[in-house]
Amino acid sequence: MDSFFLWISITLALLVLVCLYRGIFGPGFLNRIVAVNVIGTKTVVILTLMGFIYQRPDMFIDTALGYALLNFIGTLAAAKYLERKGHI
Amino acid sequence: MILEIMVGLLVVGGVFLFFTGTLGLIRFPDFYCRMHATGKCDTLGALMALTGLAVYNGFNLVSLKIIFIAVFIFLANPTATNAIGRAALVNNVKPWMKESAESTSEAGPEEKGK
Repeated sequence: MDSFFLWISITLALLVLVCLYRGIFGPGFLNRIVAVNVIGTKTVVILTLMGFIYQRPDMFIDTALGYALLNFIGTLAAAKYLERKGHI
Repeated sequence: MILEIMVGLLVVGGVFLFFTGTLGLIRFPDFYCRMHATGKCDTLGALMALTGLAVYNGFNLVSLKIIFIAVFIFLANPTATNAIGRAALVNNVKPWMKESAESTSEAGPEEKGK
């Protein structure tokens, strides 16, 4: 089951690399914010899988929890800032 | 054996939904279409993958924390998508129409030929 989790993690890392294209070359701020949100959601799952690969899920799960909270707060702050500012 | 098959189905289904969301993020022509793809596929993909990992771990505190992360993503990700969509709507980002694909190019159909 460990090699299965390892291959799933490698697949998710490749999907993060594909998403990074929209994060770098995307037209405008809003596409970049959406790409960063997608990358953060994938990173939470990758961190949980890494905890099961290294046999220490109790340590990695706290990191994943903090990353999920920070991802949500960051995306919401960027969206509210752009909404208040009035132009992109 | 039954448990491993169930965990495999849940995690592979989550990865398939992640792949679908990434494909929509790369290939769709407009900002609203991309948000439509990622907002749903990422939420359900993370929910399925984390549920599979919690089933694999068993019944203890770590599994409870994984379920808490899944519930938090299930609440927070649509909220973030709604906030970004409202920011785009306030800032007058035009949606992509089929007849305006070759005339206006500010909303993102410039990568149409790639």
